[in-house]
Amino acid sequence: MDAEITLHVDGAEHRLTVDTRTTLLDALREHLEIISPKKGCDHGQCGACTVLLDGRRANSCLALAVAHDGTEIVTAGGLAENGDLHPMQRSFIEHDGFQCGYCTPGQIVSAVGMLEEVRAGWPSHVTEDLNVEEIVLDDDEIRERMSGNLCRCAAYANIVPAIREGSER
Amino acid sequence: MSTTTRTTGGAIGASLDRIDGPQKVTGTAPYAYEHHVDNPLYLFPIRSEIARGRVTGIDASAAEALPGMVTVITHENAPQLADTSDRELAILQSDEVAFRGQYIGAVIAETFEVARHAAGLVEVSYDEEPHEAELRENDSDLYTPEQLNAGFPTDTEEGDVDEAFSSAAVTLDERYTTPMEHNNPMEPHTTIALWETGNLTLYESTQGAHPVQRTVAQVFGLDRNRVRVVAPYVGGGFGSKGLPHANTILAALAARMIEGRPVKFALTRQQMFTGVGYRTPTIQRIQLGADEEGHLTAIDHDVIEQTSKIKEFAEQTAVATRSLYATQSRRTTHRLAALDVPVPSWMRAPGEAPGMYALEAAMDEMAIACNLDPIEFRIRNEPEIDAETGLPYSSRNLVACLREGAKRFGWKDRDPSPRARQEGRWLVGTGVASSTYPVFRLPGSRATIRYEGDGRYAVEIGAADIGTGAWTALIQISADAIGVSIEDINLRIGDTTFPFASVAGGSSGITVWGSAIFEAARVFRERHGENPSEGDEVQARTPDNPETENYAMHAFGAYFVEARVDVDTCEVRVPRMAGVFAVGRIINAKTARSQFIGGMTMGLSMALHEESLVDGRFGHVVNHDFAEYHIPTNADVGTMDISWIDEDDPYVNPMGSKGIGEIGIVGSAAAVANAVHHATGVRVRDLPITPDKLLR
Repeated sequence: MDAEITLHVDGAEHRLTVDTRTTLLDALREHLEIISPKKGCDHGQCGACTVLLDGRRANSCLALAVAHDGTEIVTAGGLAENGDLHPMQRSFIEHDGFQCGYCTPGQIVSAVGMLEEVRAGWPSHVTEDLNVEEIVLDDDEIRERMSGNLCRCAAYANIVPAIREGSER
Repeated sequence: MSTTTRTTGGAIGASLDRIDGPQKVTGTAPYAYEHHVDNPLYLFPIRSEIARGRVTGIDASAAEALPGMVTVITHENAPQLADTSDRELAILQSDEVAFRGQYIGAVIAETFEVARHAAGLVEVSYDEEPHEAELRENDSDLYTPEQLNAGFPTDTEEGDVDEAFSSAAVTLDERYTTPMEHNNPMEPHTTIALWETGNLTLYESTQGAHPVQRTVAQVFGLDRNRVRVVAPYVGGGFGSKGLPHANTILAALAARMIEGRPVKFALTRQQMFTGVGYRTPTIQRIQLGADEEGHLTAIDHDVIEQTSKIKEFAEQTAVATRSLYATQSRRTTHRLAALDVPVPSWMRAPGEAPGMYALEAAMDEMAIACNLDPIEFRIRNEPEIDAETGLPYSSRNLVACLREGAKRFGWKDRDPSPRARQEGRWLVGTGVASSTYPVFRLPGSRATIRYEGDGRYAVEIGAADIGTGAWTALIQISADAIGVSIEDINLRIGDTTFPFASVAGGSSGITVWGSAIFEAARVFRERHGENPSEGDEVQARTPDNPETENYAMHAFGAYFVEARVDVDTCEVRVPRMAGVFAVGRIINAKTARSQFIGGMTMGLSMALHEESLVDGRFGHVVNHDFAEYHIPTNADVGTMDISWIDEDDPYVNPMGSKGIGEIGIVGSAAAVANAVHHATGVRVRDLPITPDKLLR
């Protein structure tokens, strides 16, 4: 069964017809040829497909496109405005927070979404005081909050300082 | 940096950002599945549900009735392959099934959703035969392979090991095992295949465009120039993408049946656990003998591992043991069990990684038995020459790595007694291990240098960047080789349109591709001088290195690890690791550091996390996804202190570099295991070290 939906991706509106079984990830990649979100596991286990879905980070491989008609989606491609890289993207390059680059768009979108969660006061597993007004984003908080994004090249030791500095810009 | 400055060096060694960084952080660098093609079809494979036997019937009627279906391909209708000698690649050529998960067909449809749905509707019946899918130490059919991977001899023996062992003052005789592991690059193995007028184009996720071209051309009986392989960006490989596997053949077979339309095939993560290679499980026995002063007198390293009945892969597990330490007598052996399983293959440092886990864990145990500090014990057994070849080393700075690492890590006042330090809930320990990896030199790579006017030079070579940073390092090498600045280089790689490049494997890429570029630059200047005309061009091949006759060439390193083990749950945490390397000249300090971090983290993973569990009744890997096959997450990794010794090796190659892609994983698992023993007093000899094995 097909359905017609509208997706707002990186500031552009797209009308498309999708099989109701099509994931949001495949709608972006195969229908719209927006390749920033990557397919790493198709299972919601690796985070390579992370996008901002109405402002919150989400695994687009676990979302059905038809269920997200009318949503605002931001991919790593959309974080760079007019060709200027987002501060988080520049920080990932400076700290070499990647090697093969396949998990990288997901890492960066996840980091940007994660910073909003911290600003909103959401605690994590390693937050000592659940009632604290302002969460301090130390390295352990970054490690914990970024553990939904796997990196087989294992750039983690560079991703942490990349996010620390990227969050300060 | 000015674009007009001509430098005579200085690009090699700079800490440059990756030149492909902007494309990678925006996600716009196209990986294999992401190249634009018109009107693609989608392939979903049909895989055997038995481990051995024959396909007796395939009913695809329900699948074929689905709207959007194009065709079902099986052994009954598949095109015949020209060369079926490689039985891993000779798929859909008969009804025979050699392992569970083997490709027995594929569905091709207009959309991915239909293809996947249809594949599930295909009914297959089998005539099942008994199978054996698990490695057993007491397998009566163990055999001796003719040689090992990379051409190493199967067995070696020097001196009288048995005599030396029986007369040694201190002895060790232990058994170590390492599990099956799967490479699992983040980008799955992926192909887009397109046949047009007898020519095949493959957008391929591979560590070597030209090796894929050669293999596919041979299997399909085509001239090489009719096969083009494109791979500008590759999402990791760690060896699994080093050789073409059956998935590439399946995509090409399907595309041949539907000329003119591209066929897209990406493995699911679960399918990545069958048929794209894996690290063989190993069962290793190590015997060490030493005199009263802690000088080794006997080393014996005997390995049992598995291969597939359809194709032999014999991992060189004990090869590093042949040269790392001095001894009067030494023996190494390798025995294989041929099973009804997929073909094992390369996984980051095949041989060295599991072999050096066992040797370096045994060295830790032996140091304790000799009542020596593990660093001092290793230094005491430092050899003067390479025992395997009898040659001196072109450079060998293992001792410097151990001493420098001890200083950086704070080893000096370490209390050697195990289970002697506790901080709150955590038992704390530290461990050390050595590392080594040979300088491989694969033949045949070529580079073209062409003057394109305006001070700019094109450098073309079909090399692959699988995340290693080759895009950046080869520009640095080109700039110094030609004598211009990096802005003046137009590098083109990752395509068989460019000159032949050997595989990005064995940590050999920079050695051979860089040497070809240096040679091309030398010949270019010889022929065209300092003021060439636009279009002047030279192609040159990686020259032979006569110094390989005079020197043994190896990289070295040392690791230091702090492990903390929860006193009740036995959860292991590793808050810090240090690695010191002696690897010749570093081409790019920034990307090199990332390679070391990546390798060491994979060693941490090998020590604590990774294990593919086979259900012997059915012959498949049960934990076939990232929820159950564990690799480190961000929260599993602590501080990584990376450094290297300034090493000037004039013999290895024009860059003076030794290759760094694999050494980071070699021995790092042992350093973690040794730290866990120091923390807990429990010696786990079967990787991975999971909490259940520490509970006593």
